[in-house]
Amino acid sequence: MSFGDWIGQSENIVFLVIGVVMVAAGWWVVTSRNLVHAVLMLVVALAGSAALFLMLGAEFVAWTVVLVYIGAVVVLFLFGLMITRAPLRRDPVPLDHRRRWPALAVAAAVFATLAYATTAFFGWAEGTAVERNLTGDLGEALFRRFVIPFEAVSFVLLAALIGGIVVARKDPMESDPMESDPKESDPKESDPRE
Amino acid sequence: MTVNQFLILGALLFSLGVYGVLVRRNAVAVLLSIELMLAAVNINLVAFGSLLGDTLHTGHVFALFVITVAAAEVGIGLAIVILIFRNRSSANVDELDLMKW
Repeated sequence: MSFGDWIGQSENIVFLVIGVVMVAAGWWVVTSRNLVHAVLMLVVALAGSAALFLMLGAEFVAWTVVLVYIGAVVVLFLFGLMITRAPLRRDPVPLDHRRRWPALAVAAAVFATLAYATTAFFGWAEGTAVERNLTGDLGEALFRRFVIPFEAVSFVLLAALIGGIVVARKDPMESDPMESDPKESDPKESDPRE
Repeated sequence: MTVNQFLILGALLFSLGVYGVLVRRNAVAVLLSIELMLAAVNINLVAFGSLLGDTLHTGHVFALFVITVAAAEVGIGLAIVILIFRNRSSANVDELDLMKW
């Protein structure tokens, strides 16, 4: 199939527009000096992927991306930025390493390897998106064939919930140096064995 | 629509994420780049599930699992970043040389 035939289909023009927007937003995510802008550009890239999923007929996955990624994960990232006091504006300390050319070479090699290894198998044959009731079929597959992995993933979420709380909270057994009495920190009186 | 156009877009976004992981100094920005890579993987999986005529919709199911595990990964990752920030007053990954021999 030539490029003229490919671009002649209206859905491919939609794909091209969404793809260009996604790549531009992704480039902004990895190069922006302002981390809040990077997070908001990640929203654009994820919304583009949700639009691609709608184009492919996978409505449930698309709205799951919108709910879980754009609704929850991005808000979590914004909270993480605020808690770690990352530079919210342009700041003099660079966000990037100085050695970006080796990273660029590695990224180009990864793109060449992935693009060759995945496209070499499938060829440029025309594929048609399924038009059936995909969400119903997906529910059937999820709760019949994949019910054990589904339950396992719920345990993963529970473990992540508990682990996140345990890792991020302050340890109550650990004595806080801000709150300790200065008399107790006196070395002559602190050790009863002397 | 061919499968390959989605595969090339996915490879492009994945390599952008690899570049971000390698070049960013802030740990939260590294996690953002990892999210970009996971989104690229999801595009590939959904394209496989929709265009290859899979009756079991394995691609879509795996995309849902990837989304779930990514949510768990972001929760744990940000908790670790907050812990490191509390101990070291910095979230830059190139200053974390505690386990470097």
